[in-house]
Amino acid sequence: MSKVLSDLFYAKSHEWVKVEGNIAYVGITDFAQHQLGSVVFVDLPEVGATLKQNKEFGAVESVKAASDLMSPVSGKVVAQNTTVIGDPEQVNLDPYGAWLIQIDMADRSELNNLLNAVEYEKISD
Amino acid sequence: MPEVKKTCLYDSHVRLNARMEEFAGYSMPIVYTSIPEEHKAVREKVGMFDVSHMGEIWVKGKDALAFVDHVFCNEITSKPVGKVVYGMFLYPNGTIVDDLLVYKQGDTECLLVVNASNIAKDYAWLVDATEGFDVTLTNVSEEVAEIALQGPLAENVMKTVFEMDFSTLEFFTFMHLSIYGVDLIVSRTGYTGEDGFEIYGPEGAITEIWELFLHQGVLPCGLGARDTLRFEAALPLYGHEISDSITPLEAGFKMFVRMDKPDFVGKKQLERDLEAGLTRKVVGYELIDMAIPRQGYPLFAGDREIGKITTGYLSITLGKPIAMALVDIDHAKMGSELEVQIRNKRFRGIVRDKKFLAKNYKK
Repeated sequence: MSKVLSDLFYAKSHEWVKVEGNIAYVGITDFAQHQLGSVVFVDLPEVGATLKQNKEFGAVESVKAASDLMSPVSGKVVAQNTTVIGDPEQVNLDPYGAWLIQIDMADRSELNNLLNAVEYEKISD
Repeated sequence: MPEVKKTCLYDSHVRLNARMEEFAGYSMPIVYTSIPEEHKAVREKVGMFDVSHMGEIWVKGKDALAFVDHVFCNEITSKPVGKVVYGMFLYPNGTIVDDLLVYKQGDTECLLVVNASNIAKDYAWLVDATEGFDVTLTNVSEEVAEIALQGPLAENVMKTVFEMDFSTLEFFTFMHLSIYGVDLIVSRTGYTGEDGFEIYGPEGAITEIWELFLHQGVLPCGLGARDTLRFEAALPLYGHEISDSITPLEAGFKMFVRMDKPDFVGKKQLERDLEAGLTRKVVGYELIDMAIPRQGYPLFAGDREIGKITTGYLSITLGKPIAMALVDIDHAKMGSELEVQIRNKRFRGIVRDKKFLAKNYKK
């Protein structure tokens, strides 16, 4: 049974969002990292890139496969997690600690399109 | 939908918490703990694989050797009994039906070990080719189970479990072992680039041996690590480097094609190809930029697409992105600069040899 945290938003494509002020921290869920297996590479957009909700913005790659990342919200990338870029296995070890990017949200109402923990749990067991 | 088959080790895989997926009609373990951990165990110590899905076909009869040499691009007649020979079956147009190992059992019998995904196709193709030969083919794939024990410590484990010295069993030879009242075939072969053994036998004995190996601390490894290991050793996989749309010459396996044999199926076309010159080839490819090349990704020289990745990984042993790729002959030269397209971005790389790492065979 994979872990789902109650205070996060979730995308159907298995990204999580943690909101602090107008900043959205984005990572992949415990379910997603488990499905992928050993993560060996993360391909992330540069700081300053503009992302659109539900559009591909990078990839998380395991030994066997590349899995596209879909942006859960629109906005501008304000930070990459360089620790995770240097040590991608953090995504397996601590999926909810290993955020990938921070997005300065363009439209907070987009959060309404995401799932809450209870809803996400239903699609991830 | 045909039912997914289980190997005799299925219960053990489930007990060991393996991630099971269908492969070639069988429910097979892909990974138990993590692919890098299993991969490293085989490179540094020892690991084992359930490869019971592999196909085994007996060829018996007065013309057994002549028949095998008719359908096989390598050569078996002149080899001593006890030898294992790697090679391929070819179609008349020179492309590959399958790659396989031939175990020379005697002057009137050989065991063919073929890919699980090709068993039915191979068997039908072989039966068609028997006309004029006094041979009987028997497909025993369903009854024969197989374990591959691979890694530098494999010989020690064999010695402990079978209380026998295997140091004299040479690379690419085999022996019969009578144990638990059944006949086992043990060969010094594998698909990892490491020293190791492959053990064939009936299900009961193979299940017992698997448990004995577990008890010796041998790490069970899934098909995931099997693929990363064979890739680093530049061993081909049917459907990737070799297939029914490529010849062994294009795939870079001329050393397994005995053009000096009087004849074999596909030889005439290969002769014509050699005379005309190859138009494409499988090469090694190493990225300069950081990205992971994977099967099917296109390769470019400037704006022109000139090939595709056949297998690629972030190499677990070397820690860098490498691949095998099928490219137009004009770009197959060592040092050619090619770009690979990944998620609509281009990354730089260089054509190189396929000797990604030194093989650790005991020869």
